[in-house]
Amino acid sequence: MIKKIFLLGNPNVGKSMVFSRLTGVQVISSNYPGTTVEILRGQLKVKDEVIEVVDLPGTYSLVSSSKAEEVAVSLLRESPKDETAVINIVDATNLERNLFLTLQLIEEGYSVIVCLNMCDDTAHRGISIDTKKLEEILAVPVIPTCAVTGVGIKFLIERIKEVHPGARNKLTHEERWKEIGKIIESTQQLTHRHHNFRELLEDASVRPISGLLLSVGVIYASFKIVRFLGEFMINKICDPVFFNLYQPIVMRLSQALGGDGFWHHLLIGDLINGKIDFKQSFGVLTTAPYIEFAMVLPYIVSFYFILSLLEDIGYLPRLAILLDNLLHRLGLHGFAIIPMLLGFGCNVPGILATRVLESKRERFIASTLISIGVPCVPLQAMIFGLLGKFSGWYVSGVYLVLFSLILILGVIMNRTLKGYSPEFLLEIPPYRFPPVALLAQKLYFRVKGFIIEAVPIVLAGVFVINILIYSKAFDFVTGIFAPIIKGLFGLPKEAVVALVIGFLRKDVAVGLLMPLGLTAKQLFISATLLAVSFPCIATFVILLKELGVKDLIKAMLIMITVAIVVGTILNFGIMS
Amino acid sequence: MKKLSLIQLKAGRKGKIVEISGGAALQHRMMGMGIYPGKEIMKYSHFGLRGPVMIKLGRSVIALGHGMAAKVILETE
Repeated sequence: MIKKIFLLGNPNVGKSMVFSRLTGVQVISSNYPGTTVEILRGQLKVKDEVIEVVDLPGTYSLVSSSKAEEVAVSLLRESPKDETAVINIVDATNLERNLFLTLQLIEEGYSVIVCLNMCDDTAHRGISIDTKKLEEILAVPVIPTCAVTGVGIKFLIERIKEVHPGARNKLTHEERWKEIGKIIESTQQLTHRHHNFRELLEDASVRPISGLLLSVGVIYASFKIVRFLGEFMINKICDPVFFNLYQPIVMRLSQALGGDGFWHHLLIGDLINGKIDFKQSFGVLTTAPYIEFAMVLPYIVSFYFILSLLEDIGYLPRLAILLDNLLHRLGLHGFAIIPMLLGFGCNVPGILATRVLESKRERFIASTLISIGVPCVPLQAMIFGLLGKFSGWYVSGVYLVLFSLILILGVIMNRTLKGYSPEFLLEIPPYRFPPVALLAQKLYFRVKGFIIEAVPIVLAGVFVINILIYSKAFDFVTGIFAPIIKGLFGLPKEAVVALVIGFLRKDVAVGLLMPLGLTAKQLFISATLLAVSFPCIATFVILLKELGVKDLIKAMLIMITVAIVVGTILNFGIMS
Repeated sequence: MKKLSLIQLKAGRKGKIVEISGGAALQHRMMGMGIYPGKEIMKYSHFGLRGPVMIKLGRSVIALGHGMAAKVILETE
């Protein structure tokens, strides 16, 4: 009786895509090894029977080398064999390497069904596989599929009932590879073809000089496109909607409330020259929605559009190769660039993604560096919005400070922390061009996630903050910290509230700075401080979960020290 | 026949692995990816200043950190 189906396979063979197709649960899939670091669960109905489906992080063999792999293997081992079926997802364009895990699973007596994925990609790579023969040799069902388009998934579900425990002699690893050699010889035929443009590009990106040039181009273009799209949406869509459609409505509400008093203060905020100013009024119905929908959301959309594109094409691992050298000096290896890039969207998925790193030490360094030196989109969007009107140097200045911090702290942590960081061993996937519909779906999924998670917190946050400000509850905290931030960082005492609120959400915190009329230098310092100091509450929780209490305290001490040192240096170091 | 490490092998040349001179964990990890004694591989490129080495192995391209590549000993014609 099968009660559970595990999806198991090498990294980057499309397990998550198959999972989505089987269960209808939408998950993020990309073209690099290690996209999935969490266990995903869903349900599949096979002939009136509901079976639990578990998507596991990718693994090359049943002996694990990273935390993500360890989790995958141990979960499989815990489940009783006679109640478990394994859908072994295999990359048809790389049959040989994938069969190692397949044979291991069959040898161990699991009930295996092989899902030969990416079958659409074999033809133009000059590969042809005799599925029938492969099925005969392995003595388990083999179903060709293309999960991206959904081809073959129906057959896969139909044949799940056919699974039976594997019966193969246990082999040593060497014997197993020999056996695979034989299987490949009798089931796979290769035809030689000339290099096409895609392969030339693949080649160029894994050679030092062309790879470097390509990466400079890609990064520059990505940054430009994110800014262009973000600004375009703000100027052409969001601002017109807010100023032309929304403003008259809230203005009428303001008049109805009499232009003053508790409720007016709470919902509308302060009137600036008798009018609502979306950037300064700071009401639940004015500044809160404006920050989220007209300042942050456009950049969320443009950032995740570019990130999803780069992920699906398979460019990110190539960046990892180029940066391996540098990241080694920070106690990490090339792959760590991927969690960092994800962290630029939101620190939470970035820190989760550090699970693909092999050692605890690496995960600590990477998580700490992400929470200090990698500003999330909401914070970056607010920095653009706030500092953009001053000279361009202030915006670049924030990035410059943060990147220098990553380098300096990385080197220090690498020199002082015990242990060593393992080396880089990464498969570089071929470029793939995702269907537009798939890309749109992934973007929609991420943007929806942002709206669901951020908007309620921001609205509730502004609500509570306004009550606290109205009742003067902040005055106590302000009184205590004012001498410090005034003396060390040169900021007015009202900025204390913003820095404290940074613990809730960074975008709201910057929003609190807007009405203060700070100078460019003060804004620059407070924005930098918000980035390096305490992480927001969501990041804090995930750090606690991933690092444990002891390491979290260590990371926090580093953050506070860095914030104080950097704030002071910037205050006394730069002329306004 | 000449024995050398993956670092010493010139880009574009092929070699047959004769030894992975590392601990059991490393050998295991490489084994799972198909890097084991007896296997023939082609070195794609090498990133300077102790950067990673790229190899072609069957149909996959794999990046190995510098220290790891130094532990892969090959035989060439």
